[in-house]
Amino acid sequence: MDGTEAPHKKPILATVSLAGCFGCHMSLLDADERILDVLAAFELHRSPLTDIKRFAKRCDVGLIEGGCCNDENVHVLREFRENCDVLVAVGACAINGGLPALRNEIGLEACLTEAYLEMPTGAGAEGIIPADADIPKLLDRVYPCHEVVKIDYFLPGCPPPADAFWALLTALAAGRAPDLPTELIHYD
Amino acid sequence: MADEVTFFIDGRPCTAAAGDNLVEAAADNGVYIPTLCHYKGHKPLGTCRVCMVRVDGREAAACTFGVRDGMRVDVDAPELADARKALIELLFVERNHFCPACEKSGRCDLQAVAYHMHLTVPRFPYRYVPFTVENFAGKLLIDHNRCILCGRCEEFVRRGDSKVFAMKQRSSEARITVDLALLAEMSANEIAHAVHVCPVGAILAPGQGFDTPIGRRKYDTHRIGEITDGRD
Repeated sequence: MDGTEAPHKKPILATVSLAGCFGCHMSLLDADERILDVLAAFELHRSPLTDIKRFAKRCDVGLIEGGCCNDENVHVLREFRENCDVLVAVGACAINGGLPALRNEIGLEACLTEAYLEMPTGAGAEGIIPADADIPKLLDRVYPCHEVVKIDYFLPGCPPPADAFWALLTALAAGRAPDLPTELIHYD
Repeated sequence: MADEVTFFIDGRPCTAAAGDNLVEAAADNGVYIPTLCHYKGHKPLGTCRVCMVRVDGREAAACTFGVRDGMRVDVDAPELADARKALIELLFVERNHFCPACEKSGRCDLQAVAYHMHLTVPRFPYRYVPFTVENFAGKLLIDHNRCILCGRCEEFVRRGDSKVFAMKQRSSEARITVDLALLAEMSANEIAHAVHVCPVGAILAPGQGFDTPIGRRKYDTHRIGEITDGRD
């Protein structure tokens, strides 16, 4: 390199699992040897895969797994929006709340009562609803990510197949808007 | 036999017998018009409106039209495709459709039509209104969370001349319900037919589901527009 051209800058990728099960992250890893190409194309920053927990630099792409079920999820999601140029809601839970959102029809109080006070498996035990200040507070319901912050793209699936992650990330690395082929759009 | 006529889809000449159902005539000419309530070979219901096209300049549900000579039909126009997609999105937010937990997933027409339209997220907010799941004497389940009120069960599931299902209430209160006396007489095959007639996962047989592995289900191996005989 003669010093006149800027060194090629890899796009920086961040990922997080909010109210999800890490299944979407597992599916990303399911790309087999193509995971090496992902790592060649992207620098991985804040992510459970690097164990980096704070943003130290601006990221190009943020992948959000899971919706928002508590105040910490909202805080982290907003942090991702502030620090990532492009945010992608990944998986059913990020898009419509997914299985955690089954509680949306029940109501928070009834949900906590059933889980901690009148649980069928705790007969005779004195129930306590956990309320320690260090525990994130549950929201009134589970929110899809796009109801909390602006989301740029959506990758459906439970989880999205590895090929869908691959199509998404190769498009974003090339600076293109992702356009999934029909066969990679799945809701389960 | 009815006279063969020429009509036009997006400007392309097509042929069909006069009076043929427009959705089916289009399919015979290689054009897929998405629909949920239409049950091939049966009278049109016109309830879901997903087959919205433009017939001679006027928006209409294609399934309610018979082909006429010289009829001009627009299917592909972006505003029509967007209107059809919006109708599908409304169905996804109106009740509670959690595909990963649904017995009909992979065989569901609503899901398959949404795939066809490349729907990744609805433009409307989810309502999360509670709906019940009813178990009728251990013979039949109705999951109202998933019902799209198309009316196919009401019209196409019968014992003799009697309708087994009916719609009660109206608008957002509308629910399908079943005649318990007729249900008691129904065989397993008749119940399987009712499950089959339902385009979504609202009518189910207890204890059945998740029997075909992911990747081998109906709409894992076929796209909905490619299945030319309507339903399997």
